Amino acid sequence: MQIYLPIAEVSVNAFLLLGLGGMVGILSGMFGVGGGFLMTPLLFFIGIPPAVAVATEANQIVASSFSGVLAHFRRKTVDLKMGTVLLVGGLTGAALGVVVFNYLKSLGQVDLLVKLCYVVFLGIIGSLMFVESLNAIRKARGAAGGTPAKRRQRTWVHALPMKMRFRTSGLYISVIPPLVVGVVVGILSAIMGVGGGFIMVPAMIYLLGMPTKVVVGTSLFQIIFVTAFTTMLHATTNYTVDVVLAVLLLVGGVIGAQIGTRIGVKMKAEQLRVLLALMVLVVSGKLALDLLLQPSELYSLGAAGGH
Amino acid sequence: MVRIFLILLFLLPTLATAEEVVLGLSKDNVAITTSFDGSEILIFGAVKREAPIDQSSPLEVVITVAGPSEPVVVRRKEHLFGIWVNTDAVEVDAAPSFYAVATTGPIDQVLSNTEDLREKITIDNAIRSVGAPSNITDAESFTDAVIRIREDKGLYQTLEGQVALDQQTLFRTSIDMPADLTEGDYTTRIFLTRNGEIVGDYETSIAVEKVGLERFLFNMSREQPVWYGLMSLAIAIAAGWGASAVFRIFRAG
Repeated sequence: MQIYLPIAEVSVNAFLLLGLGGMVGILSGMFGVGGGFLMTPLLFFIGIPPAVAVATEANQIVASSFSGVLAHFRRKTVDLKMGTVLLVGGLTGAALGVVVFNYLKSLGQVDLLVKLCYVVFLGIIGSLMFVESLNAIRKARGAAGGTPAKRRQRTWVHALPMKMRFRTSGLYISVIPPLVVGVVVGILSAIMGVGGGFIMVPAMIYLLGMPTKVVVGTSLFQIIFVTAFTTMLHATTNYTVDVVLAVLLLVGGVIGAQIGTRIGVKMKAEQLRVLLALMVLVVSGKLALDLLLQPSELYSLGAAGGH
Repeated sequence: MVRIFLILLFLLPTLATAEEVVLGLSKDNVAITTSFDGSEILIFGAVKREAPIDQSSPLEVVITVAGPSEPVVVRRKEHLFGIWVNTDAVEVDAAPSFYAVATTGPIDQVLSNTEDLREKITIDNAIRSVGAPSNITDAESFTDAVIRIREDKGLYQTLEGQVALDQQTLFRTSIDMPADLTEGDYTTRIFLTRNGEIVGDYETSIAVEKVGLERFLFNMSREQPVWYGLMSLAIAIAAGWGASAVFRIFRAG
């Protein structure tokens, strides 16, 4: 069934959008990522104008994250205090990110920089996570239920001032690292048009030392507000939020997120991380190939003028 | 499929040949609805004369349909430092968002170059490009890229020999418009030619516009962006909460 999107001004198959939404929703629920890093390139691929894809994706992430976070709230796997600290950083970062984005746009190389951001960040994070979680699985097998897990060692993170107790996460650390993580993720999410979960989740696990189960819910909690903020920015400045596209994606997305959350609970944390790492690497590899291989069409068309 | 019948009966008194045509339109707009998936436009009409048909040279018909013209930036990628990067850019000053030209025969036989240039009939001439940056020596290839990319999308069409002409009087053609149309007035021109010279012409326009829900949402997003954004968020949150609630019921039951 073809449907005409009023803002994107293209006609697309409604079931294709529902399917894409559902697939990305499952991943979103499983891993606590918004799924934007997958959905945004997929939307480009089916012919949605990039500006509309980025803005609408932000709106869709609000829905799938909200659906996912409710499930986590019921299981009490959301660290509200940590989420709020990350959020303060995230909103600041998103506002900064929009300024950076507009500066890059004036240089005329925004597409390339966005893609390089994807390749570099997805590549690094994917590789790190993959190696780390494979090691964790191997250790778990070797231990065979014997030795208790080693406590995280004290690092520079624990030496910073302004300590705060995060009871749900079982942490007593300075607020500076989470604030910085929030700002960095906020900037990147504004530039790359994603929720930023794929960066925040590893940062929370490896940098802040939060337990994986709490990380997913807390990340979703923070993503809702940052992407809602981004949606409003896009809707009021660029007029690029397509509500019809968003509805189709989110109907699939919210259902997928519910399924994903339940799959995620049944799986071991290390297995989840290996899968997420693999997926991040695949997307990064695909984008890298696009940059490295000669494209079939060297020319591209864009709208003239500054809007 | 929306079928639009343009009944063209044209009356154009010309001193020399007195070939007259009258135009009538049964419908002159394309409505973009939610289920819009492209449109086929049927254009047909007749040539009327007081005098007997001029048999010295055959009458030919050229029909063009052009969407609103907008400036387009064309970028070209180059291999730099191992990756493909946009380097050169040329702004094409005005390129129609849609352009179809249909004729009764091969364009070079139906239409002289002079007339083509004057009336900007073929796609090459319908695109206006002036002042490429001085460092770009092959500005032509950027204009060609616009044509190539839009031809692939069905936005630019050259339909040689697609206009049927009976008894040098009745003509008829159909033009397929793809789904991703830009809103606006689509200028439709009909030229009658003999020996490549234009002996009569007529111009009208077809309005392509969003209607109903499409119109409402588009206007709202432009006129009340804050409310539009809040509405989008409200829908998102409601959908998220709804799915969560529904799944809880499933699990409980």
